Amino acid sequence: MAQTTVAAPAERKPKKPKRSQFSGMSKALVRRETISAYLFLLPSLVFFIGFVVVPMVICVVYSFMEYSMKGIEGFAGFDNYIRMFQDKTFIRSFWNTVFIVVVAVPTVTAFSLWVSSAIYKMKAFTRSFFRCVFYLPVVTGTVAVTVVWKWIFNAYYGILNQVAGTTGFDWLGNEKTAIWCIIMILFTTSIGQPIVLYVAALGNVDKSLIEAAEVDGATNFQVFWKIKWPQIMPTTLYILVITTINSFQCFALIQLLTSGGPNSSTTTIMYYIFDMVYKFNDFGYANAMGVILALIIAVFSALQFRITKSN
Amino acid sequence: MKSKLSGGSVGYKIFTVIVLILLALFFIFPLYWIVTGSFKDAIAISSRTPVWFPTQFVLDNYEKLFARPALRWLLNTVVMAVSAMLLTCLTASLAGYALAKKRFYGRGILFTIIICAMALPKQVIVIPLLQEMRTLGLADTLLAVILPTVGWPFGVFLMKQFSETIPTEILEAARVDGAGEIRTFATIVFPMIKPGVGALAIFTFVNSWNDYFLQLIMLTSKEKLTISVGIAQMQGEMSSDFGLIMAGATLAAIPIVAVFIAFQKYFTQGISMGAVKG
Repeated sequence: MAQTTVAAPAERKPKKPKRSQFSGMSKALVRRETISAYLFLLPSLVFFIGFVVVPMVICVVYSFMEYSMKGIEGFAGFDNYIRMFQDKTFIRSFWNTVFIVVVAVPTVTAFSLWVSSAIYKMKAFTRSFFRCVFYLPVVTGTVAVTVVWKWIFNAYYGILNQVAGTTGFDWLGNEKTAIWCIIMILFTTSIGQPIVLYVAALGNVDKSLIEAAEVDGATNFQVFWKIKWPQIMPTTLYILVITTINSFQCFALIQLLTSGGPNSSTTTIMYYIFDMVYKFNDFGYANAMGVILALIIAVFSALQFRITKSN
Repeated sequence: MKSKLSGGSVGYKIFTVIVLILLALFFIFPLYWIVTGSFKDAIAISSRTPVWFPTQFVLDNYEKLFARPALRWLLNTVVMAVSAMLLTCLTASLAGYALAKKRFYGRGILFTIIICAMALPKQVIVIPLLQEMRTLGLADTLLAVILPTVGWPFGVFLMKQFSETIPTEILEAARVDGAGEIRTFATIVFPMIKPGVGALAIFTFVNSWNDYFLQLIMLTSKEKLTISVGIAQMQGEMSSDFGLIMAGATLAAIPIVAVFIAFQKYFTQGISMGAVKG
């Protein structure tokens, strides 16, 4: 029976350790179930291993290779990693990326929470109308959204200058404003999913608790802070993590709007990785930056997990 | 005191509604500007004063657009998104069911790996994927964008969430009755997780349609592009012909927006289910 105690599923209640998932099953049945389970999993695993796990391995392996226009030149050790610390464009793109994340993630989260709190009690039709509207930029697609914004921001033909009366001002060509334009568009394409999630989460908050608190004379603010907020915490955490992952990978907006300029002021890590592959065919350095980006995102996600858990 | 409080909250409510409506207009505006822009003539496009609504609807932009292989790009995009959708639904519903309802060695570790993989930055993987696809001889084919979409583990996770709602007793009853695994899946499991499959289908379709980075990296020849990459390339070549670019953007956006609005219910359900216990 020793082998039946292994592999207690992690997602079951952690309060009861050592309780096997196989309790009450005969050995033959366990074997049959295992074989049939893997047959069910096989098609999916082929794709997952082939096109997620294998590229991950390639990414790590090639990050230690010296690569040029001609292809692999040899083993590079940690050279690609050391190079990042001496590369001014990389450092600049790192800070740009962090800036985008630090501005966008809290704004997106707070704003989507506000919108959701405002719409979740509305009639079903109005609620789904607003939810739909805020999701629209996501569905429209990054490219379509970005090209129209490029026109709106255009110095001469753009409607923004025409309405604001700032004739000829080049929003995307100015080092100070370009990154804010990008953050604004990123914001409009990021709040759709959080709103859907928050509306669902707020709808699931235990109503009897809210009613009891209201009978006791709690203010709206107290009801929100003491009852709703703790209950929607898992959703908040999920939203923080997905928004962080998305913001860190900000790419399409930059490629289409500014190509990283002016003067590298909007180059993000993801854009720089792309540039490295397209301009220099340097898969070694590009993959090393990819590994670092993945690590940074993992650290940020873990931090958010810690902070929200401790609250 | 009471009236003062409710008076204040009425004021706040009006404020909220006004802000929401203004925001809604702001969020709808880009799409409005894309569609109306695509019907504007060259004079309206380059006007120095805002032309809020095209006075003359012209089709010049679309004529220019279809002279490029824009319909070919659209067809490629549909083939890509539909194949990715069907393959994902098939593989993920099988795998999700097994993860939720089967007891087997390696179940816990497999599930943990899937959760961890979902936290990976998707775009980082695309660069080494290009190297892999080149080695396999699949670079610059639609398969290079379809296969990685199917491999992404979110679908398995979503289908596992849905499959957990299947009562185990029903499955046991089927086994006692001597139903084979495939029959159990086809006649009992699949009908029960159908709403989940619907959610996953629409989710995969929209995401695959809009996965610009993957398409950009993998596809290079002009006749193999998707609509997103095609429009982006067009914008690079003739960046000031906004009418033409808006026609392209309309062609890229309208089909997917229509699909989204038609299946909105499934879509929101999929997003919320994916986050539960996430």
